[in-house]
Amino acid sequence: MNKIWIIAQREFLSRVQKKTFLLTTILLPVIIFGLYGLIIYFAVKTTDNYKVAIADNANLFGGKIESRDDIKFQFVKNETIASLKNKIANKEIDGYVFVPADFDASKGNNISFVSGKTVGLMNREHIQKRIDEAMQERKLLTSLNINKKELDSLQHSNDIKFSTVEGKEENDTKVGISYGVGYASGFLIYLILFIYGTMVMRGVMEEKTNRIAEVIISSVKPFQLMMGKITGIGAVGLVQFLIWITLTISLRVGMVLLFPDAADSNPSIGVATHALEEAKNSGAVNAVLGSLSDINFPLIIGCFIFYFIGGYLLYSSLFAAVGSAVNEDPQDAQSLLLPITMPIIFGIVIMTKAVNDPTCGLAVFGSLFPLTSPIVMMARIPFGVPNAVPYWQLALSVVLLIGGFIFTTWVSAKIYRVGILMYGKKITWKELWKWAWRKN
Amino acid sequence: MASILELHNLKKHYASQKAVDDISFNIEKGSIFGLLGPNGAGKTTLLRMITGIFYPDSGNIIFDGRAFEPENDIIKIGYMPEERGLYKKMKIGEQAVYLAQLKGLSKSEALEKVRFWFKKLEMETWWHKKVEDLSKGMSQKLQFLITVLHEPKLIILDEPFSGLDPVNANLIKDEIYGLAQRGSTIIFSTHRMEQVEEICDHIVLVNLGKKILDGTVAEVKQQFKENKFSIKLSGIPEIVEDKAYQIINHKANEFIMKINEGYKSNDVLQHFIAQDVTIESFNEILPTLNDIFIHLVEGTKSVARAFEKQS
Repeated sequence: MNKIWIIAQREFLSRVQKKTFLLTTILLPVIIFGLYGLIIYFAVKTTDNYKVAIADNANLFGGKIESRDDIKFQFVKNETIASLKNKIANKEIDGYVFVPADFDASKGNNISFVSGKTVGLMNREHIQKRIDEAMQERKLLTSLNINKKELDSLQHSNDIKFSTVEGKEENDTKVGISYGVGYASGFLIYLILFIYGTMVMRGVMEEKTNRIAEVIISSVKPFQLMMGKITGIGAVGLVQFLIWITLTISLRVGMVLLFPDAADSNPSIGVATHALEEAKNSGAVNAVLGSLSDINFPLIIGCFIFYFIGGYLLYSSLFAAVGSAVNEDPQDAQSLLLPITMPIIFGIVIMTKAVNDPTCGLAVFGSLFPLTSPIVMMARIPFGVPNAVPYWQLALSVVLLIGGFIFTTWVSAKIYRVGILMYGKKITWKELWKWAWRKN
Repeated sequence: MASILELHNLKKHYASQKAVDDISFNIEKGSIFGLLGPNGAGKTTLLRMITGIFYPDSGNIIFDGRAFEPENDIIKIGYMPEERGLYKKMKIGEQAVYLAQLKGLSKSEALEKVRFWFKKLEMETWWHKKVEDLSKGMSQKLQFLITVLHEPKLIILDEPFSGLDPVNANLIKDEIYGLAQRGSTIIFSTHRMEQVEEICDHIVLVNLGKKILDGTVAEVKQQFKENKFSIKLSGIPEIVEDKAYQIINHKANEFIMKINEGYKSNDVLQHFIAQDVTIESFNEILPTLNDIFIHLVEGTKSVARAFEKQS
């Protein structure tokens, strides 16, 4: 036990003291947020007003097309195609729609949009949408012969209230937050398994190619060396993660302070702040705060740490076994890694299904099966325990995961013991299988 | 003299072959013991069983009078494997302390021992260097230091001189003698027979997983002597041939001969004395270990086996 501790200490310190660790841990989030900030900055600051002149000689739009922030529709009268072209050349407008007086949509005539420069995909979509809406509204108004107010009341959509039999109201905000939290935590676990699993594998390969393995194995058991490495790198992962989370939160807060208007113009930044803004507008702050407090964050964080550690232990020992079996050639590792990466990929596939339908059979299976449970279960838990995940499922999943990592560690230790001292030979899965089940 | 290590009928089988097939021998305390054998003979497997890396399939190991317990006895053993290396990016001083701690020394003990040995081998200035900055010979010296640092009772060196220049090789050799004098036992595994002849008291030769030779260097040489002698005369006698011997080679007035069975060296001397030739020198030619090694190993399937997969 003591030796595992000494090894873990070295593994931890030798990685944490590296310059690359500092770079990736501190600079990476700063750079990502810096870029993010720049994008937002330009999105907010550049008011790329796109002016479209509408010469509606057939009165298709009823003189009104709703302008957007960045696209302005101007109705013009008594303009010819030539004079409009002239306006484009003078940069008074960016583009125009000329509807001739004899335009008839039922005869298959199409509206054409002429612009000075090529129109970007986004603007194209917006223009199309606005023009369609305006034409449709106009058609409805004239063919039904009603006024705008009547039309609005016809088109009013009824907000359905969803609730469970227990009488708990489940509003959209809550499901949305659960979806976001579930997706994010499932994805984080997926990243952790990959990043730190590969780190363990490379560490083992380094020991093997450096030929230090046998020097160490003569003083400690192979199992101790493997566990020491796994523990040390796991600790690196935990530290790195905590730093990332703190940095992300503080940067996010800083960003909101720097660009107070960014939150409502760009929905992708700060889901929470955005939701709050929206709630404020609709006068339902309490709804969001209520659904936030409905989500059991201590439970989610507790489960996250458990599945982080459990999943990491389960997979890192497998990665260690593969690392011990390969020689200098990293290409060999690729083919041996496939059976390990497959379940992780399956996990992420099932996870995307589970966040949409947390109680479906596949999601339940995925959250119990130890090879996928760290990813899938983390996607289900935010939807509520015991609402979406009954207690028995959670308990079974925990037990199976603990059993799973004890089993993989046991098997991997056997492979590792043989592999770490084996040089100059390409290993196949068949041989690994033989090593794993060999007595002694 | 008491044995530090006794091996009784050790066996270790891999899937395709018998790596170690019923090997027994004793090693006396304080001796320098040579373990010889061609590539793939089972030496490394044997050493790995002695260091507790592998468990024997059957047979037992008695270490220092008691059954060998790898857990507790590991600190009394220092093993320098043939496949050896160090962490390239780690500072040398830290690395030595780390490996000493893994042996079971406390941090302060480890630090003290490492300082002592660095001073002894004139390596103090290396402390903050990284292994990747060392030459092969220097890292070899470091490896040796790490192996013997905790003054183990049993030191196992697999090809310790490979890559060392004569000066450093002598330095290490002197340390080996010194350690043996202070009571450590040394197992020395190598292909370099001239080093074995020079250093070892006792040797064991293994081939194809079996022990084929066991004895002191002098005994072994006696066992394989071919009754060859060299004789130097003042001039060439009239009658050179005699029924007592056969001339194998001769150069001017020096003859190398093999004495026939049933005759003694005195018969040869009498033959020449009778012819009134002065005998300037008369020496027995003992076979070198190299000759014995080749004689015993050649023609066996050992070469083919060395290239077989070990699994």
